[in-house]
Amino acid sequence: MESGSGEGTGGFSAMDDYETLISTTDADLLKRSWRNEKAAPEILQFESSLVQRSREQIQLMEETVEEFMKNGEDPLTVSLYQMDIDRTLFLLRSYLRTRLQKIEKFMFHIQKTADLWTRLSRQEQKFAKRSIEDMKQHLEQSVLTKLPDRYKSHLKQSVISEEDDMVMEPKLDAFVICRTRKFLGSLPVDDSGEENPLDMYAGDIYALRYKSIKPLIETGQLDLV
Amino acid sequence: MSGQSDPRGFTFSAAELEFLAEDETMEIVPNLSMERLSLISGDFGPFRPQIATQVPIWLAVALKKRGKCTIRPPDWMSVEKLTQVLEAERDSASSFEALPFHYVEISRLLFDHARDDIPDVYMVRSLIEDIKDVRFHKIGTGLEKLSSRTYAMKLNLSAMEVNVIRPFVTGGLETFYKLGNPDMIQESERQEYRRPQAADRGPRRELRR
Repeated sequence: MESGSGEGTGGFSAMDDYETLISTTDADLLKRSWRNEKAAPEILQFESSLVQRSREQIQLMEETVEEFMKNGEDPLTVSLYQMDIDRTLFLLRSYLRTRLQKIEKFMFHIQKTADLWTRLSRQEQKFAKRSIEDMKQHLEQSVLTKLPDRYKSHLKQSVISEEDDMVMEPKLDAFVICRTRKFLGSLPVDDSGEENPLDMYAGDIYALRYKSIKPLIETGQLDLV
Repeated sequence: MSGQSDPRGFTFSAAELEFLAEDETMEIVPNLSMERLSLISGDFGPFRPQIATQVPIWLAVALKKRGKCTIRPPDWMSVEKLTQVLEAERDSASSFEALPFHYVEISRLLFDHARDDIPDVYMVRSLIEDIKDVRFHKIGTGLEKLSSRTYAMKLNLSAMEVNVIRPFVTGGLETFYKLGNPDMIQESERQEYRRPQAADRGPRRELRR
């Protein structure tokens, strides 16, 4: 957890870390990952162990509920447990679905960028591969084979294109809205020459360029909201 | 690609924001006995009649719907506190009073499900409406300051307010950023003067000449 936050934050942030350590449940972590994934323009690292743990917890709880029903436990208690499971299930499903939507949108870009490809889970990679094949086949069958030779690529507009200019890429210059988890000191947010540091205190909400705060999201110091 | 705007617009739906707000805790006074609940989202209870305890709002509302508890509205939802907030909001043209991040959603949930637990509910409701209006007016005026020199914008607002202005703020800042970016200008110049055929629509341009 290194932040370039400079002096004066030592004891404070250590205490903060301790507090998040003891008070953060997997439910909170899942909620945070869901929000970040929904608000970030690009696909983020797959939270494999968190998803695994959440799955196990849901399964465990479902077994508990079944047992309750068998033992004739108070229906109110059972329904509350069920509501809790449903809420967690919703978060998990929505998290996974948000990722699939991004994969569908940026599949060709993700495929050719090693760094992005490794962010996917095994199942997501499988899904991406199949989507890519299907999309390629579809484009070829419906349009590309009927075009003149130099326009047959599904990645390029024509053979003289220097880059893959038909590949949709996430806009990393997009602005996002984020909330700080703790005091971050001054943050250089402006990379276009001018120094323009921001003093960010815990709980502050800012609209910032995604690219400039990306590392802070990855280390969990900022949350997207 | 440059002209494409995000079709999603709102990142979170109103229902999703309400879902998030439902995890905030609230004090309830149960009128039943129930053992401790060990849920995925945390441990709550045990519940004993007339003994106040802290639970997330979704749990409070579920119990309330079945008539198993009364909800104690949070401190900030009293007529006295809200009157203070409203006055302060009106006094200051630019700063915003500290209200819970989910104040709109929480108050709405309580108005919908626990009207009888809120003292002076009509007054409270109209105060919150007024506060919302005053704040939105200020947000609108504040957004006029958005300019090409804005690289970061501080928005210490509530979840719902942030979500409502998100498409405008992020879209506006992005456009300013794009227009003010020196790389962008150079690149478009380069494309125009230095490599007329190398660009993507090369062949068509040749035809036109």
